[in-house]
Amino acid sequence: MRKSTLCLAVTGALSALFLAMLIHARAQERTAASRRQPSAELVKQLGLTDLCLFTEARYTRHPAMADRHAAFQDHPMALDHFPSGALLAPPAFPSPHAPLPPAVPEHP
Amino acid sequence: MRPSLQRYRNILDFALSSLLRRKGRNLALISVYTLVVFVIASLVFFVQALKREAHELLAQAPDMVVQRMVAGRHDPVPLAQVEAIRSIRGVDEVQARLWGYYYDPVFGGNLTVLATEDAALAPDAIWIGQGVARSMRVKEGDLIPLRGYDGQSTLFSIQKVLPESSELVSSDLVLMAPKDVRALFHFPEGLATDLAIQAGNPRELPTIAAKIVELFPDSRPILKSEILRTYEAVFDWRGGLMVVVLGSAVLSFIIFAWDKATGLSAEERKEIGVLKSLGWESSDVLLLKFWEGTVISVTAFLTGVLLAYAHVFFFSASLFEHALKGWSVLFPRFRLIPALDGYQLTVLFFLTVLPYTAATLVPSWRAATVDPDAAMRS
Repeated sequence: MRKSTLCLAVTGALSALFLAMLIHARAQERTAASRRQPSAELVKQLGLTDLCLFTEARYTRHPAMADRHAAFQDHPMALDHFPSGALLAPPAFPSPHAPLPPAVPEHP
Repeated sequence: MRPSLQRYRNILDFALSSLLRRKGRNLALISVYTLVVFVIASLVFFVQALKREAHELLAQAPDMVVQRMVAGRHDPVPLAQVEAIRSIRGVDEVQARLWGYYYDPVFGGNLTVLATEDAALAPDAIWIGQGVARSMRVKEGDLIPLRGYDGQSTLFSIQKVLPESSELVSSDLVLMAPKDVRALFHFPEGLATDLAIQAGNPRELPTIAAKIVELFPDSRPILKSEILRTYEAVFDWRGGLMVVVLGSAVLSFIIFAWDKATGLSAEERKEIGVLKSLGWESSDVLLLKFWEGTVISVTAFLTGVLLAYAHVFFFSASLFEHALKGWSVLFPRFRLIPALDGYQLTVLFFLTVLPYTAATLVPSWRAATVDPDAAMRS
């Protein structure tokens, strides 16, 4: 067999697998809503605000609820000592006394 | 077969023979290349899927959470604020959330204890997340002691372990009745951890937040959009996880491509010289090098992406587990739902395949344009 035939066959097989991967991903996305249902129900029922990804520190467990100086919460010079702090940036939203975004007029 | 097609196949045959002559070197090259694509693709798939999960799941989160700040720290909110906030126009519902953290000294993990008024919860019973059950090695019907504020342990029976499919949000949760949370933490009556607010019209949220701050200047409203934005920022390509892994992978790829681009080996130059003296045109030599580059880069790209897909969506991104785990004892196990993005796959292709192919063509072009006699003597 010619080397090019073998090479084209291998590339064709890899391309077919690549296509199968795209089809698998699309099929999984179709059932995603039902698979997310138990989590979505818990979030709604319990009023959860964060994903449970890093449980080692308060501000990594609930980054959306942490404040801007979360990494320095123990005292002003306290550097972050949890490894997740390297992966998880502090929240970017404003402090409690920063001006809020412009208000939208209420409906009558 | 058409002659032009036959010509391409002949050159491809020659390119493959040329690659096989340096089998060891090229196999090492494909392995490194595949590894780089695998790391970058794994990260892109993982981050994209987590972003999608955060977006879909947290869409159900409260429209706004109101915290009280004392000396720059969160402090319990007086329940008296509930009625005042409920009377603001546009507010549909105000729910006082009672929750806190519990450090278990036995297995060394942090749990999130949350009060629920679910009628299905039996007295003195708790519901726990899969992560808690796994770490404590307990199951439904078992009893677990939780150490209260006064050092006294209270036994709770496990009525339910929350479903595995909800682990991404519930792994470390311990749900118990409000009176048990108050008793465990000595949480004073009349206070809650924070307030969850639902508004009828999300466009009114900034106005509601402004009114809350006006009423209670020490409060800190966090809008749902800010919660979602936090997760966008966490998994943003510019920060955190992405920079740590992507930086090292891209850097290694640059070194790798640079090594290729800096020139051909003496043997390769000689080979080009021989081919040219046999009558090969410069365009034929370039086509040969193009095929060599394409065979390596397309094989590495497809293999790397397929391995990354299997790693993230079939093996739960187990290689990233240690990076994510940090010092946490309790780590959620979850199967992500693929969220493939054509744009990202295209960017990945152009970021990995094109620079490599270009890096092989430039020195080949330089070698192909020199005199064959000089190339053979060099």
